[in-house]
Amino acid sequence: MTREIPFRQALREAMVEEMERDERVFLMGEEVGAYQGAYKVSLGMQERFGERRVVDTPIAETGFAGVGVGAAMVGLRPIIEFMTFNFSLVAFDQLVNNAAKLRLMSGGQFTLPIVFRGPGGAGHQLGAQHSQCTESFYCHVPGLKVVMPSNPKDAKGLLKSAIRDDNPVIFIESEVLYGVKGDVPEEEYTIPLGQAAIVRPGKDLTIIAWSKMQHLVALALARLDQEGIDAEVIDPRTLRPLDETAILASVRKTNRLLIVEEGWPTGGIGAQIAYLVQEKAFDSLDAPIARVTSEDVPMPFAADLEKAALPSVEKVVAAARRVLGRPA
Amino acid sequence: MDKALLLRLYRDMLEIRRFEEAAQHAYAEGLISGFLHLYIGQEGVAVGAISAAEPTDYIVATYRDHGHYLARTHDLRGAMAELFGRATGCSKGRGGSMHLFNAPSRFLGGHAIVGGHVPLAAGVAFASKYRGEKDVTICFFGDGSANMGAFHEGLCLASLWKLPVVFLCENNLYAMGTPLYKTLAVEDVSTRALGYPMARETINGDDVLEVREAVRQAMRRAREQSLPTLVEAKTYRFRGHSISDPATYRSKEELDFWKQRDPISTLGKRIVDLGMAGEAILKEIDAEVRRAVKDAVTYAQESPPPGADTLHDFVYADGKEGMP
Repeated sequence: MTREIPFRQALREAMVEEMERDERVFLMGEEVGAYQGAYKVSLGMQERFGERRVVDTPIAETGFAGVGVGAAMVGLRPIIEFMTFNFSLVAFDQLVNNAAKLRLMSGGQFTLPIVFRGPGGAGHQLGAQHSQCTESFYCHVPGLKVVMPSNPKDAKGLLKSAIRDDNPVIFIESEVLYGVKGDVPEEEYTIPLGQAAIVRPGKDLTIIAWSKMQHLVALALARLDQEGIDAEVIDPRTLRPLDETAILASVRKTNRLLIVEEGWPTGGIGAQIAYLVQEKAFDSLDAPIARVTSEDVPMPFAADLEKAALPSVEKVVAAARRVLGRPA
Repeated sequence: MDKALLLRLYRDMLEIRRFEEAAQHAYAEGLISGFLHLYIGQEGVAVGAISAAEPTDYIVATYRDHGHYLARTHDLRGAMAELFGRATGCSKGRGGSMHLFNAPSRFLGGHAIVGGHVPLAAGVAFASKYRGEKDVTICFFGDGSANMGAFHEGLCLASLWKLPVVFLCENNLYAMGTPLYKTLAVEDVSTRALGYPMARETINGDDVLEVREAVRQAMRRAREQSLPTLVEAKTYRFRGHSISDPATYRSKEELDFWKQRDPISTLGKRIVDLGMAGEAILKEIDAEVRRAVKDAVTYAQESPPPGADTLHDFVYADGKEGMP
């Protein structure tokens, strides 16, 4: 049995279920308690679990991210919410130098079962400091896992797995997806980290996209279908570790690849996927791999500039045509 | 005065001194590479503070961590093997001098980003309070941390949430090679406590008994009232910031002044003056410590390196592990 619920409720259910299941799990961050979440993800949670387990913090990302790391080191399982992942950059040292490295530096004596979660990417005209994609920063770092769900069902199942994982997990959501509804099972379930989903099978080309870009690709598919282009759509869901098997299998079937990514082009996730495919499936490629990314600029404020900077349906359709050798 | 205690504190400080002298020697011989930050001159702080801790309390330290590690664990072999980068090191050769860890002794590193471990230590104390346990966390840091944002945020949260933690600043007057008066706007780091606020004390870090007593009081405040304290121990490092620093920015007169306050000879003199033990006993202790250090060096030299086939170990956890 399923019911249709919004993304934010799916995330909340995951946290509530895991906190009911495991006393060591707690939620900490700005506005998570009394205000019930800047995006209402933690609605009702402090009332349910009390101030001990749903902890409001000052605006001190370095401080509370570090508190989470220390608590995880001695056996708690913190969920640290960043109001947005832009603010995680203030705590970058805690994530990169502490959470990701303490296990290795201690010769495996310590585990870091901690989730850092919150929205990433652009909203609507939020300006350069509130519109960034941070996934490529974190994917670069061995010791971290990076998860980016695109729909409520995946969000719940993946967040439950992330909370149960013994490693630091960067779990990036999207401000513009919190209200998006989707079917979510009534019964308990988890989705393993590191497994891609084949969103739609197809034969002409493979399109890889995650998080919000899945919704953009869904809009583009309608246009591609009209043109008789049968695209296979893959959602990696976890960016580190990446499901190489699923990606390579799809490319070996379709022989063409388009990657749609909200982040910047230089050193992005798409660049890494393109490297992987040319290395391991070079002979299967019938055309150069294409990417649609954000433009290489800090996000400007004006609506027309923001629209121009972000990936669009038009850009996706044009890139798909290009990969298929058709006129753009 | 408790004779056994004084002799133990004397021995523990001497153990660190002899260990580091041997490490310096091994470095000069090319047996150790990388960074090596010696603690020589500051032994009174680590030994005095850690002597006030229970075995279940947590210790978090900086990159100048040999003294704290040995005061807590007396694991000469594991520490020396780690400096040598061997598989038998206390961090299995993954940490090195700056990242010594020992989970059973609740020694949580060895952290090399100045100030970055202060919020982490607050988090360890948060976990104790969350679980209703009475363990206290001691967080060591240097005077250089007192200007870092992470330091302030860690102390802010510890005060706000009333966490059972002792913040112990080892003020050795230099943040690397720059004298503190050029980089710190206050004379005493402990005045930082006023704004959070939390209890504070500035003490003579070269008097191991004074350190022990101040930390005991701070730990009682943490354990019984769940309140943090900022203790500032004034001390001095006799060597440069690291092995590659000849410390030419300090005068001979300054160094000589501080060497008069050497925590080991100061306590040794006190033990003799009080008639608790003669010079012969102190020499015997030294001989015993030197033997143990020599054994540790041999152990490190004879231990195997980790082996390139283990390169990818300990990056991710596969199963349920962690603190006992």
